[in-house]
Amino acid sequence: MNRGSISTIYLKELKDSLRDRRTLISMIVIPTFVMPVLIFGVGKIMTKTFAKARAETPTVAVVGGAEPSAVAEQLRESGKFNVVEPGEDWRTAISDKRLRAAVEVPAGFEAGLREGRHGRVVIYHYEGELKSGLAAGELDKFFRELRERTVTERLEERALPATLVRPFDIVRENVAPPEKVGGNLFGGLVPYLIIILCFTGAMYPALDLTAGEKERGTMETLLCSPVARADIVLGKFLMVLTGSVGAMALSLVSLALTAAAAGMLLPGGVAEQGAGGSGGGLIPTIDPLGLLGVVAMVLPAAVFFSAVIFTIALFAKSYKEAQSYVAPMMIVVMMPAMVGMLPGIDLNLQLALVPILNLSLVCKEMLSGVWNWHYIALILGSTAAYAAGALALAVKMFKREGVIFRM
Amino acid sequence: MVEARELTKVFRDKKRGEIRAADAVSFRTEPGRIYGVLGANGAGKTTILRMLATLLQPTSGAASVAGFDVVREPERVRAQVGFLAASTALYGRLTARETIAYFGRLNGLSDAAIRERVARLAEELEMHEFLDRRCEKLSTGMKQKTSIARMLVHDPAVMIFDEPTLGLDVMTARAIVRFVRDCRARGKTVIYSTHIMSEVEKLCDTVGIVHRGKLLAEGAPAELRARWGENDLEEAFVKIVAADENEKGGAT
Repeated sequence: MNRGSISTIYLKELKDSLRDRRTLISMIVIPTFVMPVLIFGVGKIMTKTFAKARAETPTVAVVGGAEPSAVAEQLRESGKFNVVEPGEDWRTAISDKRLRAAVEVPAGFEAGLREGRHGRVVIYHYEGELKSGLAAGELDKFFRELRERTVTERLEERALPATLVRPFDIVRENVAPPEKVGGNLFGGLVPYLIIILCFTGAMYPALDLTAGEKERGTMETLLCSPVARADIVLGKFLMVLTGSVGAMALSLVSLALTAAAAGMLLPGGVAEQGAGGSGGGLIPTIDPLGLLGVVAMVLPAAVFFSAVIFTIALFAKSYKEAQSYVAPMMIVVMMPAMVGMLPGIDLNLQLALVPILNLSLVCKEMLSGVWNWHYIALILGSTAAYAAGALALAVKMFKREGVIFRM
Repeated sequence: MVEARELTKVFRDKKRGEIRAADAVSFRTEPGRIYGVLGANGAGKTTILRMLATLLQPTSGAASVAGFDVVREPERVRAQVGFLAASTALYGRLTARETIAYFGRLNGLSDAAIRERVARLAEELEMHEFLDRRCEKLSTGMKQKTSIARMLVHDPAVMIFDEPTLGLDVMTARAIVRFVRDCRARGKTVIYSTHIMSEVEKLCDTVGIVHRGKLLAEGAPAELRARWGENDLEEAFVKIVAADENEKGGAT
């Protein structure tokens, strides 16, 4: 191994890549702007949509009963609903979003309440539609309050205490510190984004430095030099790794800046909703030590990704062919990373050996403040072993004429 | 000095089976001489040259370049060889100067030696005008000059040219031919593959005729013409190849 040759190749590849617009986009632009776009963009859109939906007075109708006018009047008086006549096709009107929801009140409902009979109110809504959901929620709240009032009145009539039907209250209090809450909420998302960015950061340089070079005819020029094949692979591989780690570093810097900016710009917006009203912000609740742990865990994974993409792209004779090999790999990476985000999936001995999924799970734990050192060591070791194996395979493939001169 | 002894390369193809791209090829050439490898497209010229440049490993046989064995000492061989082919392209995003310097560094030259070599090559090849321009912006002739500078940067003892005039205009092709002659004058061992008869006549001291991976005949162009009773090398080439085809036809 000749360090001079490796560094010569690496520095040339770095210079070459930094002059290439496509590499700059995948290595710098995407990782730098993905976080702000996701947090500001999507977050802002969500907040706005939700606020707009909340601000709207929902149009509802009272259907079914022979004498529903009293209920309709109470709904109107509450000021929270725009009560309209249901019409014949009120179900279609809900589906067509002309009517947000409808409530079916049985005939004799008012009299039944006074006489102590049991009644049944049905709320009709459009499942999964935000505004319809909000209208149904408001209707639900209205009738719950009416039920509460009725119960209180009936108890008072009989001179019975309210505790007869409400013997105790249930209160939920969060005891987890804000960073743990944040870790639980975003612990899956942050490693997922970092893993994906690590992969995309490695992807373009890997394709360009292998299949791209073969296609442009520069690979043969390089092979004519007296540098050992293994040194060429290592020089190129270091560039691919730079792409991967660079993307991760930029995404983290961007994440930190976005977190700071989000704290300033979105007070009480997504921040509080995101943290479940725990008092912390959306991003500031991420434990910096946990984030450092994520970086340490993702580094061997970046080596693994870089070597795997490098080896696969090496087989292709053109950039386009390499893309068709590597693009499906994105799904292979995304799936386990996504599974790691799902609630309820916890790390165990078997899962600790599944590449990517193990990383996603352990990162989620670390961000939640759980440091399970046995698993951390096992995952770090296994990822490093996978990475070393992939790199050895890359060197082996590079030495094969059938791979390098595949026409 | 370059010597090939029974150099053989067999490729295995799923559809076509076993292909003997080079079949027991033996020849020898000395410094200050140009050895021409003449053959039609697909005759096996590139495979032979790639084995000499250690880009491919021989299936059997042996070869030595400037005293080094191509199988056992490939890196030392490459340090003695300058290889130029239509398939050896330049890095588009590097300038001509950066390209020469890069290959100088890969050949172990110091920064001072690289500066000196770049200056000298730029002078000899008249590259000053475009030395700091990116290769992707260069004309075909400028690219060819840069490629030549790239192959010369480490002052190799052996120069291998694989169809270097392929696809070039007349003026650029003439400049290449002139440059190859200069290499001979400077005492380099030159191997030159082509399928253009006029280039062989103009350049080569010895020519080896290759067909279906075999070296069928060898000698000075005049000698080959005389041996086959022809005034034109092309006619002699056709006769040599036809005789081999007839022999094969008779054998089967």
